[in-house]
Amino acid sequence: MLTKDEVQHIAALARIGITDKETEKYQKDLSAILDYFKELQKLGTEGIEPISHITGRFNVLREDEVEDFGDLGKEAIMKNAPETKKGFVKVKSVL
Amino acid sequence: MIKELHNKLISGEITSVKLTEQYFNAIEKKDKEIGAYLTLTEQLALKQAELVDEKIKKGEKIDLLAGIPCAVKDNICVDGARATAGSKILDNYIAPYDASVIKNIKEADAVILGKTNLDEFAMGSSTENSAYKKTKNPIDPERVPGGSSGGSATAVAGELAAWALGSDTGGSIRQPASFCGVVGLNPNYVRVSRYVLIAMASSLDQIGPIARSVEDAAIILSRISGFDGKDATSAQSGEKPYEDYLTGGIKGLKIGIPREYLEGLDGRIQERFDETVAKFKELGAEIREINLPHSQYSLPTYYIIMPSEVSSNLARFDGIKYGMRIDDRVKSGDTPDHAASALLETYLDTRKYGFGEEVKRRIMLGTYALSAGYYDAYYKKAQRVRALIKKDFEDAFLEVDLIFSPTTPETAFKFGEKTDDPLKMYLSDIYTVTANLAGVPAISFPIGTISKEGKELPLGGQLMGKWFDEENVLNAAYAYEVRESLFIKSVNEFTG
Repeated sequence: MLTKDEVQHIAALARIGITDKETEKYQKDLSAILDYFKELQKLGTEGIEPISHITGRFNVLREDEVEDFGDLGKEAIMKNAPETKKGFVKVKSVL
Repeated sequence: MIKELHNKLISGEITSVKLTEQYFNAIEKKDKEIGAYLTLTEQLALKQAELVDEKIKKGEKIDLLAGIPCAVKDNICVDGARATAGSKILDNYIAPYDASVIKNIKEADAVILGKTNLDEFAMGSSTENSAYKKTKNPIDPERVPGGSSGGSATAVAGELAAWALGSDTGGSIRQPASFCGVVGLNPNYVRVSRYVLIAMASSLDQIGPIARSVEDAAIILSRISGFDGKDATSAQSGEKPYEDYLTGGIKGLKIGIPREYLEGLDGRIQERFDETVAKFKELGAEIREINLPHSQYSLPTYYIIMPSEVSSNLARFDGIKYGMRIDDRVKSGDTPDHAASALLETYLDTRKYGFGEEVKRRIMLGTYALSAGYYDAYYKKAQRVRALIKKDFEDAFLEVDLIFSPTTPETAFKFGEKTDDPLKMYLSDIYTVTANLAGVPAISFPIGTISKEGKELPLGGQLMGKWFDEENVLNAAYAYEVRESLFIKSVNEFTG
């Protein structure tokens, strides 16, 4: 069973705030699911290459050229930002 | 259904505007009860319908999808329409552009009625995880429609749209199609562009059709598939009019039955399944028992890989670039404990109040599986098992052309039956996740009903095909559909 501290640590890594009550619930849920994953440990997989892309494709590249938003419009995109200033997304001060 | 409507449109028996209005009337009457839609796009729909009627009047040739009303799952963006993905965190999000599939169906002049309900960010098997409302199964409103494309399946089954788009990461098109008695197709991975599908787990996600017949699904796939330069994973393979492959002839086709899928199956489901197998035999198919020896590992593998990708994809919802920010809620006098003042607090609080329980659970699972010290034991291990699961399919397809199983181990369950136990809920996907892990195409189609508490609940059969072999998948399902003249009896009873 995961400890409260472990759950809170995972939540912090995931940048999710959780309440004490949620911590207890997730302690139970996550532990049960992680136990279920142990099923996989029964299976030997030595020498098996892990799959990263099922179709076997690798690094699709394009020319290193600037692509404008074109007719999509920066304005339409910026409309969805919670806070903007002079055409930029406004962020809280970090320092 | 699509061809019938198409013929009525070109013969002038009905106009697209009239047809569209009929659907909106049906929505107004029935959707309060069923809850398939989150947003209606009436202006867009009528504009499109008028355009098609003009074209017909002028004698222009129109596409099969032209003028026919459809519904779109709310994690697929339609320019100018709200796109919530079933989440509060995107409550105020207006899509600034069309997904490539939407561009494609707009080019075919399809009429988009609205956006359908789903489990938040497509995470769930019952549509009970939507932040907005519960969608009810039109066959029995006490039961769930399945998920996560529950709204799309319900819209089609309840005759609130002629067809719909859904997305499938571990069965989210096929399982609700099975529960609602309609057809759902998960195309081959990367067959259909995912550009501006709100991503859940990118190595598994695929957009596909939910329809009233296999033929309809083929027609839709022809329009939405093809290479797209905007999607770096898009397949280069050629596009085909899939409906041309529907001959109904399956003589000599080898269909494999995976022994592992049938262990411990409910007796009545086994019965329906066996009847269907017998019918495939009558149609001339050769039935063989096969093994997919790593089947028992597919669900835990899926539930490691998927949340890992979820935790990464959903990092973009941070309250800064778009969507909800916790300050908004402070302004509107909603519930948070305090105003987020620092950047970290903005992240923590936005995600705390913006995401629902299941989304948080999966992000945390993924974060754990990817974290230092656990990466090898979980994520890397799962990727190795995924390679073995793919190998199972490679081996099986040396012997057979298609693999047939039930779509789900059960029929639609009741609301609340599984919400307290995430593991129990995850088991709903046990037969469907393997197709996504292996990246093969798979279809669910109705194979009969099972009587429960006085209701005839539909059951789906699932055909999985070789990589990029939608032709055989669709044709075999079509052969069965034609043999059975199966046009969704139970739904017709419901809708009169």
